Amino acid sequence: MPDLLTSLRKTQVWKSIFRHGPPNTTRNRTLVVLTNFFLHLHPVKVRKSGIRLSYTWCMGGLTFFLFLVETITGLLLMFYYRPTAEFAFQDIMALREHVALGLMREMHRWGAHAMVITVWLHMYRVFLTGSYKPPREFNWNVGVILLVLTLLLSFTGYLLPWDQLAIWAVTVGTNMARATPFLGHEGPGAALLQLGGVNLVHAGDDVRFALLSGRFVGEATLLRFYVLHCVGFPLVAATLMAVHFWRVRKDGGISGPL
Amino acid sequence: MVDAIKNFVNALSNPTVYFFLTIVGLWAYLQFRKQLTHPISAWLFLLGSVAFFIFSMFDPTFRSVVTKPDNVPIVIMLGLVLYLTWLGLRRAVLNDELMKRGEANLEAKESKDRVFTWPDLVYTELICMVLCTAALVVWSIVLRAPLEEPAAPARTPNPSKAPWYFLGLQEMLVYYDPWIAGVVLPSLIIVGLMAIPYLDRNPKGNGYYTFEERPFAIAFFMFGFLILWVSLVVLGTFLRGPNWSFFGPFQPWDIHFLEPLVNVNLSEYFWVRGLGAPLPANAILRELPGIALIVAYFALVPPLLLSTSKLFRSYFLELGAARYATFIMLLLVEMSLPIKMVLRWTINLKYVVAFPEYFFNI
Ligand code: HEM
Repeated sequence: MPDLLTSLRKTQVWKSIFRHGPPNTTRNRTLVVLTNFFLHLHPVKVRKSGIRLSYTWCMGGLTFFLFLVETITGLLLMFYYRPTAEFAFQDIMALREHVALGLMREMHRWGAHAMVITVWLHMYRVFLTGSYKPPREFNWNVGVILLVLTLLLSFTGYLLPWDQLAIWAVTVGTNMARATPFLGHEGPGAALLQLGGVNLVHAGDDVRFALLSGRFVGEATLLRFYVLHCVGFPLVAATLMAVHFWRVRKDGGISGPL
Repeated sequence: MVDAIKNFVNALSNPTVYFFLTIVGLWAYLQFRKQLTHPISAWLFLLGSVAFFIFSMFDPTFRSVVTKPDNVPIVIMLGLVLYLTWLGLRRAVLNDELMKRGEANLEAKESKDRVFTWPDLVYTELICMVLCTAALVVWSIVLRAPLEEPAAPARTPNPSKAPWYFLGLQEMLVYYDPWIAGVVLPSLIIVGLMAIPYLDRNPKGNGYYTFEERPFAIAFFMFGFLILWVSLVVLGTFLRGPNWSFFGPFQPWDIHFLEPLVNVNLSEYFWVRGLGAPLPANAILRELPGIALIVAYFALVPPLLLSTSKLFRSYFLELGAARYATFIMLLLVEMSLPIKMVLRWTINLKYVVAFPEYFFNI
């Protein structure tokens, strides 16, 4: 077996991919990180204290990993799912009943819940170790936006199965928007925005209407949430994660005592 | 015997007692952290919780609520939050002891040590990924994702709950109107979180666990995260049933149970019950006592804190006027949550200021 690997390492194909020998020397352990696109997220050397599980709880890493799981299982789900009032529920039913190894819906849903939990715990860890202090103030802020995005991703996804649980949870969650000061039709100050005795903000044009694309959670909402869930928010989140990781490195790697 | 325990637990988890107990619990945990984070205490606590959990699983109500598929993550979260709170505080206690003796803390001992990403970090990551995948696959096989009846806009389920991670905010709806609980509060939470690095100017405790070098910051954050967020999510998930009425963990959910609403506005308290006069017709005059109270809260408490508390004076000197003002405003808003809750429980206060004409109720 080791012989096979050794001879494999000598082939032109292998050498065209990996431009260094096995990572058991200082030089090659450096090269493996420097010459690999994915590994170069990391520095070559890291603080020993910073990579202890008892220090980071691995919660940031798990959040990112769960994001990847969600991307892959989500992609598979998109093969079977049509975001219309007519088909959405049926498609989920069919997925459940007829698709062999139809585990991806379960993995997608539980992974999403898990991601919300890990992102909270990651924030908790970063706070307890004071890692938001200079020079990491900005990265903490990127993190806060990522936290909001994680919740938005989860919330928009909640609607897609189009069952009772889905539409009512989203109805309850978006009802608040009605009460946005000035911008929601039941919000304080909205009644003051009048032009010639006509209310400018009403149920047909307030922020809730803009969110739901209607007065109630309906088919237009489903499409809107679907697009945001599958394209909009993931793109923004992925971009910000890239910034987040880049800043972890630029701010001196995972924090530790100076 | 069993019934007595159940009734006792039901009574303890009444929102008033529950909230009070969580606060006392957090305070005691921080105050007696040396004893309570000791591994022996931690094991005893774990054993106690497991025993309680097993005992409770024999109860049909408890079992049906806890094993509802979408509630399982919250049980997992609760376990993780408790465990990691213990872990973080334990390391803080150990570090504080080391530093008091003038030694390097646990992180400092190793922070000069640089190790290679390959293999040290890469393998840790790999193991975490494999374990996480395995856990997720098992979880997905054991527990089916929930799917209820097809969407029916005309049939409102009772209770109607938001997704679980927003249940802390939904709980706030009991005490505040939607424009505060659903719009102002979430915005302030986000702004407040973002402001943290600019308001906490204490250079100590950067990159290691400690409690004694930043007691206020840690206690404050734990209060927000553990009490006002996590524990209210737990309350909203497990203890709020039909009509958003409160049900103990062993109390069956009864659709017809309605708590009578006997809440009273401050204006009523002041004019009618206090002065024995009818409510003034002029809305501004009617609400004057409440407005005065709110203005006083935000205008008088900051200087009062400054003149009575050394801690706050040192913050003021450190932060300067503008940052201090931001800090104190966020603090006062956060504190207004428990204050309003307590006022509701003790004197059934509905609104401090109420202009229902303009949907402006506080
Ligand atoms: C989608 C969400 C997020 C992902 C994928 C993510 C990922 C990561 C990863 C992989 C690290 C490296 C260290 C570690 O694993 O602990 C990290 C560090 C960090 N994260 Fe996040 N994070 C997210 C959200 C957040 C949030 C919500 C916050 C804070 C509000 C935050 C603030 C930070 C800070 C300040 C660091 C540097 C910590 C240090 O150097 O010790 N991140 N993040």
